[in-house]
Amino acid sequence: MNAFIDLLRPALSVLVLLTALTGGVYPLLVTAIAHAVWPEQAAGSLLRDGDRVVGSALIGQPFSDPGHFWPRPSATANRPYDATASGGSNLGANNPQLLQAVAEREAALRAADPAQREALPVDLVTASASGLDPDISVAAALWQAPRVANARGLPRGEVDLLIEREAGSRWLGFIGEPTVNVLALNRALDRMLAQ
Amino acid sequence: MTAQMSLLLACFVAAIWLIALPLGRWLAVIASGCPPLFAGAERTLLSLCGVRGEEQGWRAYAGALLLFNALGIIVLFALLRLQHLLPLNPQGFSALAPDLALNTAVSFVTNTNWQAYGGESTMSHLSQMLGLAVQNFLSAATGIAVAFALMRSFARSGAAGIGNFWVDLLRTTLYLLLPLSLIIALFFVSQGVIQNFSPDLTVKLLEPQLLADGGVRGSQTLAMGPVASQEAIKMLGTNGGGFMNANSAHPFENPSAWTNVAQMLAIFALPAGLCMAFGHLVGDRRQGWALLAAMTLLFVAAVGVIASQEQGGNPHFAALGVDQAAGALQSGGNMEGKEARFGIAASALFAAITTAASCGAVNTMHASLMPLSGGVALLLMQLGEVVFGGVGSGLYGMLMFAVLAVFVAGLMTGRTPEYLGKKITPPEMKRVSIALLVTPLLVLLGTAVAAGSEAGRAGLLNPGAAGFSEMLYAYSSAANNNGSAFAGLSANTPFYNLTLALAMLLGRFAVIVPVLSLAGALAARVRARRDEAGLQSAALPTHGPVFVLLLVLTVVLVGALTYLPSLALGPLVEHLNLSAALRSPQ
Repeated sequence: MNAFIDLLRPALSVLVLLTALTGGVYPLLVTAIAHAVWPEQAAGSLLRDGDRVVGSALIGQPFSDPGHFWPRPSATANRPYDATASGGSNLGANNPQLLQAVAEREAALRAADPAQREALPVDLVTASASGLDPDISVAAALWQAPRVANARGLPRGEVDLLIEREAGSRWLGFIGEPTVNVLALNRALDRMLAQ
Repeated sequence: MTAQMSLLLACFVAAIWLIALPLGRWLAVIASGCPPLFAGAERTLLSLCGVRGEEQGWRAYAGALLLFNALGIIVLFALLRLQHLLPLNPQGFSALAPDLALNTAVSFVTNTNWQAYGGESTMSHLSQMLGLAVQNFLSAATGIAVAFALMRSFARSGAAGIGNFWVDLLRTTLYLLLPLSLIIALFFVSQGVIQNFSPDLTVKLLEPQLLADGGVRGSQTLAMGPVASQEAIKMLGTNGGGFMNANSAHPFENPSAWTNVAQMLAIFALPAGLCMAFGHLVGDRRQGWALLAAMTLLFVAAVGVIASQEQGGNPHFAALGVDQAAGALQSGGNMEGKEARFGIAASALFAAITTAASCGAVNTMHASLMPLSGGVALLLMQLGEVVFGGVGSGLYGMLMFAVLAVFVAGLMTGRTPEYLGKKITPPEMKRVSIALLVTPLLVLLGTAVAAGSEAGRAGLLNPGAAGFSEMLYAYSSAANNNGSAFAGLSANTPFYNLTLALAMLLGRFAVIVPVLSLAGALAARVRARRDEAGLQSAALPTHGPVFVLLLVLTVVLVGALTYLPSLALGPLVEHLNLSAALRSPQ
């Protein structure tokens, strides 16, 4: 019994000490430095229109108006782009539900722009891992450009230019992907038309 | 593989080998004693905690470890059961159900981080920070402590002790995990990972959302919390438990290609560094390189399969006229369950890394991987998490295979097997065998029980072979302390919570105890000092390409013999189903 108590004292003290350091001091120190140096990032990279928060630069939003670019399909639990319950579809590659969903998404995209004959970029018909993907591939943006241009009464070239301006690329050809942030793209589009 | 993938893989492996050098040196310093700079402060801390710091035999070492981890489970369980009464719970989340709290407590203490809950909809900020993140540190430190003890036992000769658990635990946490986590966490924040204690934030949508039921929604609610501090140790300690449900796919956890690179490097850094530290400690750095080379070979082969399968795309989509070709404007490939900013290359690499190391964080949904990719992810876990593996557990797991390889070679050549000057005899082999056989037993028994019971089959999402894979994946992940999932499985049921908790517990401690027992036996053995001139040929050299190959073959052979039938029933059948479905007329 004494031997056990001899063991219990270091066990409890080490647990309390390390809990205080790793669970208290450490996260609070990170928070303090974060708020001093990177307050915008620590708060969620929020976007503002005047005083009102209109989203996060990192979190995707749902869009279905033909005059906006559409984001990746989202499989979050309650409704698409539910940022309180992130997640993917978890459907297997051979699951009939997945194939049906992809076929339906393709039909909806084609119905919105029957003149667009190009093959559909894959990211536009597949659900993202988080269900909150803020980006689409540049190919997916360009595929939608004729529809958006048409709905907004813009020349196609101007919409393509906008995409080019917002697009990111692969650093040295291997880190990162050619993508466009959909919320940023749509905000830029709205701003352009408001002018 | 695309040129992009090859370049990414090559640079990643080179970076890991480079990082392993200084880390290995530092790990060896910590394993050998107190860094002089901290000697005074350490003495004060130790005496404050009532730690004398004496050399412990393996039984005392294991006893201290088990007691500490048992206390960790009790405290975490209590915290999760009481979170509704505690502060820092801005969303007012209720207490976790007893079975879920037990599963989660065991999961985080065993370095598994299997999650039967969605973080942002279940856990208060306090539970994440003071409960889960703390065990991310402590379980990592526990694993490294065991690796230290085993490493020292090879280096020592005729010794009674294998070190002191409390001292190892403190040094690892204070001089290694905390400073590195701080640096990584701050990098993450600078790149957009959130770090705050705010309640969920409601923002106005740019375009009102039309819901399936005909309603309209004008706003979106963003989950908040102290993510960056937890994210750093989640990767560095090969824990893998996401703050959010989508884990490292969530833009607030892993916002860019660069944070993703940092996360991948953080996962492999310590497992690779420990190989180098092993070389330092046994006085022959080539021994560490040999282990790292074997791990790298297995890893590169796995990445090759996953990358080519995912880049190849889903043949069903091709039939629908979907463009899956890689190019300058898109990554192409199988994008279901992947994020656009990671594309195929960074997703495939991450999937291999997280299952090779026992991390279990995911930036892509493994259930939606192509069947053969999912199979490779499964196999990487089933090999016992020795391809880099968990922090500490990867090294001690690989050393079990190294001893086995030496033993097999000894049988083939008729010489007494010897590893690093230590004779390997039946008592040692018994301990190695137990350590190697525990997890296969748990995986196969667990899967069989789940597949044979109503409660097990009730949780499946995908039909047929993919459903079987969900169960096989769950027990492979739990018993090998990985923590990733084929997440279609509804695992938050008493059946899965309790059986998986048991698998995690035994998969961790029923391996650690025989490993420590082996350490005790090896430390006591007199180490034969080889004289460089003459006697070197007496035993198989364990630093050359022949040994590396032998080690790789031993790992693959044990894994294949154990798991081929179960893999055939799951991913392999699913792969054949996929090809068959395309051949048959629609």
